[in-house]
Amino acid sequence: MSALAEPVATPPAVDELVVVDDLKVHFPIKRGIVLDRTIGYVYAVDGVSLTVRRGETYGLVGESGCGKSTLGRAMLRLEALTAGSVIFDGVDLASMSGEPLRRMRRRMQMVFQDPLSSLDPRQSVESLLVEGLRAHGLDRGKESTAKRLRELMSAVGLPVSGLRKYPHEFSGGQRQRIGVARALTVEPDLIVADEPVSALDVSVQAQVINLLEDLQEEFGLTYLVIAHDLAVVRHISDRVGVMYLGGIVEEAASDDLYASPLHPYTRALLSAVPVPDPVLEDQRERILLTGDLPSPAAPPSGCRFHTRCPWRQPTRCDDERPALRTVSSSAISVEHRVACHWAEDILSGRLQPHSVSAELVELDEGISPDVGFAGPASVTEILNG
Amino acid sequence: MALLEVRDLTVVFQRKGERPFTAVDKVSFDVEPGQTVGLVGESGCGKSVTSLAIMGLLPSRGAVVTGSVRFEGTELLKLSDRQMRDRRGRDLGMVFQDPLSSLNPVIPIGVQVAEVLERHRGMQRKRALRDSEELLRRVGIPDPRRRLDEYPHQLSGGMRQRALIAIALACAPRLLIADEPTTALDVTIQAQILALLAELVRDTGTALIMITHDLGVVAGLCNEVNVLYAGRIVERGERHALFAEPRHPYTHGLLASIPRLDAPRGERLEPIRGSVSDNIPWPEGCAFAPRCPRQIDQCVEVTPELAPDEYGRLLRCHNPVPIAQSVEEVRV
Repeated sequence: MSALAEPVATPPAVDELVVVDDLKVHFPIKRGIVLDRTIGYVYAVDGVSLTVRRGETYGLVGESGCGKSTLGRAMLRLEALTAGSVIFDGVDLASMSGEPLRRMRRRMQMVFQDPLSSLDPRQSVESLLVEGLRAHGLDRGKESTAKRLRELMSAVGLPVSGLRKYPHEFSGGQRQRIGVARALTVEPDLIVADEPVSALDVSVQAQVINLLEDLQEEFGLTYLVIAHDLAVVRHISDRVGVMYLGGIVEEAASDDLYASPLHPYTRALLSAVPVPDPVLEDQRERILLTGDLPSPAAPPSGCRFHTRCPWRQPTRCDDERPALRTVSSSAISVEHRVACHWAEDILSGRLQPHSVSAELVELDEGISPDVGFAGPASVTEILNG
Repeated sequence: MALLEVRDLTVVFQRKGERPFTAVDKVSFDVEPGQTVGLVGESGCGKSVTSLAIMGLLPSRGAVVTGSVRFEGTELLKLSDRQMRDRRGRDLGMVFQDPLSSLNPVIPIGVQVAEVLERHRGMQRKRALRDSEELLRRVGIPDPRRRLDEYPHQLSGGMRQRALIAIALACAPRLLIADEPTTALDVTIQAQILALLAELVRDTGTALIMITHDLGVVAGLCNEVNVLYAGRIVERGERHALFAEPRHPYTHGLLASIPRLDAPRGERLEPIRGSVSDNIPWPEGCAFAPRCPRQIDQCVEVTPELAPDEYGRLLRCHNPVPIAQSVEEVRV
């Protein structure tokens, strides 16, 4: 512990690549054809602050609809920011636009979930890779470009002959390698990987995870990995942020998060992940959450998790939104932050979980990005009218 | 006698002008009453086609199903469409992966549950709806009376899957087939649904065939596990033995390549090399041979048969992982 304590006492400038401060991304919900009234907002990201250090892997984990993808996209300015700031290597992205922002984008790239839909089926791999080089003026002469492409292909473990092929000629895992190679073409500092392995079969998942780890070492990359699979996130991340309904509820080094989860939601999430070990599965005590994720268009007051929380208390939880804070306990690292009023009492065991009755979650607004916007509203209106 | 006896089930897809494709290749297994049997494998291994063949849901054109599927002694493959329709929903229930596409979007949930009771039990609509409410309550849907009138899009993913389970269970089938029932759901919802399935199996004595790609799901739920690769069963065993000591290099490789929540960090994953496109056809040897770290000459010359090893585990491999070694590697 003493080795750890020293650098904290005299803080060396922690090399921060991205600093996000009180970031908010709200999407308007519109109704009507002529008037186009805004009848409310989806609070996709609602007050998130986090720091990604140079050379580390920061994992964002949460269930669908928690805002993790929106947060990742907002950090690259792919979404309009409602409020807050994103400082990338000392430059505030929120105030940038046009050509300077485009040039800035060379330094931050994205790897998407589904390689088949994120690669143009009518472009050969070579043309996919050259496109990025051209856009950022890195295409200097035929020979150097050809050399660069060969390097990229070998870096991601694909044969050079693959350059002439088209995306459909590759398997899922290979396609994801092309997606990674495309992100690497412009020598970025930061790569945001949104569910990079969830579309792949387990045996291939491991290949891509290992590849991402190797590339990080080779090129000194910084990753922001967004995933719903806690095991994957824990495996590749140095630090992990757990998101629930637009906010980060807990942030810790990946080992600490697993060893001593503080937030009730993190506890439930960890206990819900099935482990391929029957002995362990038989003994595990599950914290089963009742009900569903509330709609991000009408988030609960106070602590967003209070409607499903087995540790909910009569005071504070319902009306006071907890901030991300450190816990005053010698057993918990100062890096470990949690947004729960009662974290200490839950940790010490003074508070015990109680049963929660499921609350109805209205899906009438069709808010989840996975659910289409099309029909819902009108059908309910017919029913009600 | 077993509740369900599947023998040499083979499904060949044929299309004019194309080479026939064998999706399921001589698959045999038994399901005892009240037992939970797992079919595990990656996409394209034939696990879903197996379940569709058992339920008689494959199209009569283009798919050739051979072998035998005996349910309580009755040969299901020989039944007429009409006889099979009487069985489905009454004796055999099925839960699919995506509840939104398996529920009818323009019919209220209550009617969809009641429909099964009307068709198989001859109930009147009113009585059937009353029973439907009870069924929805049983699968943990809050305020079921109100939900009867609602449409699938008004329910969340987890609730839709519960509704689908209610439909499958309406006539108390003796066999339930669940095809990736939790794959489309979030982990906390997945935990709820798995707990519900386990509870139903315990309370009603229904046998369950659980089809999934997630070894974690199988580990907690199934009595017996079948691992499929390229249309054939490559390993079968009791779940504790199978997970502690996987003997087929594919099973072993699968377990070594999953990031585990409880594993020490920094440990490198051991992926299985290549992809399914590297497979060789079964008649020429072992389909897995090109990806297998334990490949020997025999593997590309002789097709391995599914046979019990010295510990009673069924195995299709010429050079299986020795017991001691696999224990060491998995438990490190």
